[in-house]
Amino acid sequence: MAGHHRVSRRPIFAYVATMTDELSLLLHRAGFGPTAAELTAARKAGYAAALSSLVAPAGPDPGAAQTPVPDLGKDFFANRPKSTPEERAKGNDQRRAQTRQITLWWLDRMIAARHQAVEKLLFFWHGHWATSVESVRSPQLMLRQHMTLREAPDFVAMVRQMVIDPALIWWLDGHLNTRKSPNENLARELMELFTVGIGQYTERDVKEAGRALTGWEVNLDLERCQFLPGRHDPEEKTILGVTSRFTAGSLVDLLLQHKATPRFIASRMWIRYGSSTIAMPKRTQENMAAAYPSPMTMLRVLFQDDAFRASGGTLVKQPVEWFVGAMRQLGLRMSGMPDKAASSILNGLEDMGQLPFAPPNVGGWPAGTVWLTSATAQLRLDLAATIAQQAQVEKLTAEGLAHMLCIKSWSDRTYAAMREVKDPRRLLVLGLASPEYLVV
Amino acid sequence: MDTVTRRRFLIASGVGGAGVLGLGSWSIAQLLAKSADAEAAASQEPVLVLVTLYGGNDGLNTVVPYTDPAYYRARPELAYAPEKVLRLDERLGFNPVLRGLHQLWGDKRLGIVLGVGYPRPDRSHFRSMDIWQTAAPESPANTGWVGRWLDGTNSPTETAVSFEPVLPPLLVGQTRAGACVSLKGLKLPAGIEPGMISALGQAEPNEPDLVTRAATGYADLLRVDQLVRQAEQGGGQSASPDKPEALATGTGGGNALVPQLELVARCLEARVPTRIYSVSLGGFDTHAQERLGHERMLKQLDDAVSAFMRRISASGAGRRVTVVVYSEFGRRVRANASDGTDHGTAGPILVLGDSVTGGFHGEQPSLTDLVDEDLRAHVDFRDVFGTVLGSVLAADPAKYLLGYEPKMLPLFKAA
Repeated sequence: MAGHHRVSRRPIFAYVATMTDELSLLLHRAGFGPTAAELTAARKAGYAAALSSLVAPAGPDPGAAQTPVPDLGKDFFANRPKSTPEERAKGNDQRRAQTRQITLWWLDRMIAARHQAVEKLLFFWHGHWATSVESVRSPQLMLRQHMTLREAPDFVAMVRQMVIDPALIWWLDGHLNTRKSPNENLARELMELFTVGIGQYTERDVKEAGRALTGWEVNLDLERCQFLPGRHDPEEKTILGVTSRFTAGSLVDLLLQHKATPRFIASRMWIRYGSSTIAMPKRTQENMAAAYPSPMTMLRVLFQDDAFRASGGTLVKQPVEWFVGAMRQLGLRMSGMPDKAASSILNGLEDMGQLPFAPPNVGGWPAGTVWLTSATAQLRLDLAATIAQQAQVEKLTAEGLAHMLCIKSWSDRTYAAMREVKDPRRLLVLGLASPEYLVV
Repeated sequence: MDTVTRRRFLIASGVGGAGVLGLGSWSIAQLLAKSADAEAAASQEPVLVLVTLYGGNDGLNTVVPYTDPAYYRARPELAYAPEKVLRLDERLGFNPVLRGLHQLWGDKRLGIVLGVGYPRPDRSHFRSMDIWQTAAPESPANTGWVGRWLDGTNSPTETAVSFEPVLPPLLVGQTRAGACVSLKGLKLPAGIEPGMISALGQAEPNEPDLVTRAATGYADLLRVDQLVRQAEQGGGQSASPDKPEALATGTGGGNALVPQLELVARCLEARVPTRIYSVSLGGFDTHAQERLGHERMLKQLDDAVSAFMRRISASGAGRRVTVVVYSEFGRRVRANASDGTDHGTAGPILVLGDSVTGGFHGEQPSLTDLVDEDLRAHVDFRDVFGTVLGSVLAADPAKYLLGYEPKMLPLFKAA
């Protein structure tokens, strides 16, 4: 590598083709980042077969079986209407420990899962519903929401469950929304961020929808929401031009039937799976919307689309995608990792701005160049070093590392950075930090 | 900075293509010496410090209409009694915790623009903050007004600096972006040399734009960090060494304003050639049990801003600094039943500095003439930012406000 003097004069499409052939693109986008073995197998199978095994994987996932959902038991504060200051301190400690437990578990599941598209889609939904444990506080309720998203057969079923999900209701003040004093936070986000999208409704619609959602209370003991008829506003509401005695259920039905909803979901998927810089082509959006409400079918349509296949180099890996992909490629797992290293990893992801179960706001995580600032560059180097510390590598060349990280070949700049480096862990840091490893 | 000195600074800092930094041949001291005359010029240039309050600050409990019966009717549990407020005039008074700001008001160094908003107010945090930062109320834009100014003036990344982990849309332009500098400082992993990072920071021909942007992040990291750290080592009180406590808010924003503004003060004292600093404080989304939480947030704001103003006045840097404090919206006039307030519309903007015309600007919105139970805005926020663009940045405001022609406000004393 010391004698590497390649001068790159290829046009961009050729660059993209070399850096990320179609199968590499598919595997990087559908999952968190393929291992070299997975990429080789997919190339052998061909695009159609690889796509099918991603979106319709056969049989149970052995990786999921190795990473069973943790059983947290009841929330410390469940069935405890009053607590002493000592109990509260103990309860808060327990909640912190359990939040750490589920976060480590989910990261481990992302890494271990063979059904990568299933796990990545779940992460997409988490970003879509963007509920944070920092406000909800109960790890039990966060895990409950996670399971609701995991088990929902399609988007329609998901929204019906989510509108009365205790973590979401708490996050968006739905428990404070009563007939006597409506709180419209949940109603607004339900329309703006979760279903029809901005521009499809008026302020009046928001207020009326808020009234439809009145009457739900979070029950921590039962880990679900309960309907209190006395707090519900049973009068007529006019929402999106329809007048009825709307409830949470009938409001959701109205929003799910709205013509904007499938297109809105398709556009959200495009930003995470297609491109954060190229606008979604209308035809792609219509084709995906036609596959609504099955998200996996919508993704299948996307992955077969010409616009998707030409979108290489236009998506920035989010920190969790970058991290999980790296862990998979290096054969590392969260389970069994020393506590200190696990803490470094959680702190690193938090500092970079993306910790599962803790999105920054209900809008979810940003996309694109915001992950490429000088501040993230620093944090990424730190986290790369933590990962490298855990890796079992005896000998490594720049070329061997490129193969391991599914990079076809390093850019001149990265070769230059690696030129004098012999230590395999330092090579790893540079590879994980290299600009070409951050974009797919 | 005029063109010639800017050019010299760019060459010294390696932006112009020479790439002197990171190759190990120049020390920081040499770099600073090299750009000393650029700094001397820069040190005369006005500086803007934007303080963003995330979550929607309750304007009516910040600048309290303490003689208005409608105020006490609308929010009996939340309202401040007339004898509690810090009087600004015979109608309006500050929240009792804003003692430092009240002092600055007395010194005529604080201007308050009342009733600021924009047409067809949006009550979503994200959309509304986006509107303020992109200055595009009609349809979404993907550049911020500071980012566009960076584009228009071909400014290097250190011209606009944020001390948040994620760059706010405000500082993102089409071709340029401001820098993010971590409060925690640059520390490379063992065995990773600045030269390696400098290599990763090189752009290559024929690669996707995003890959080049990724590389630029490394180049910026080295350059801006060296400038800021040099400032930090320049003496004065030490910045808080501890990582700020991470309090999450539902609606974004940093949570430790004191260390952010301390670092701004240090940069000013060291004459770092930054023209715009973006700092933030999150946690203003007071839907429930507002009084205690809101007072805690306002106290943080007051402590941080008044300490900052004291410090820069003492160092002489205060003469060229304007601080603007804004939030994405005010809150509903009427309290909700959770002793909080829901998302509202118009609110006050605070403008501080030696060159600021102290006193009220604009007009306090009526509490009885409401639109959808919310305050009517009398001043478009683009008039405030436009005035700042014109005065502090000596720019043509309409050029960076997507064609909006702002009404210039008498916020600044004639030079």
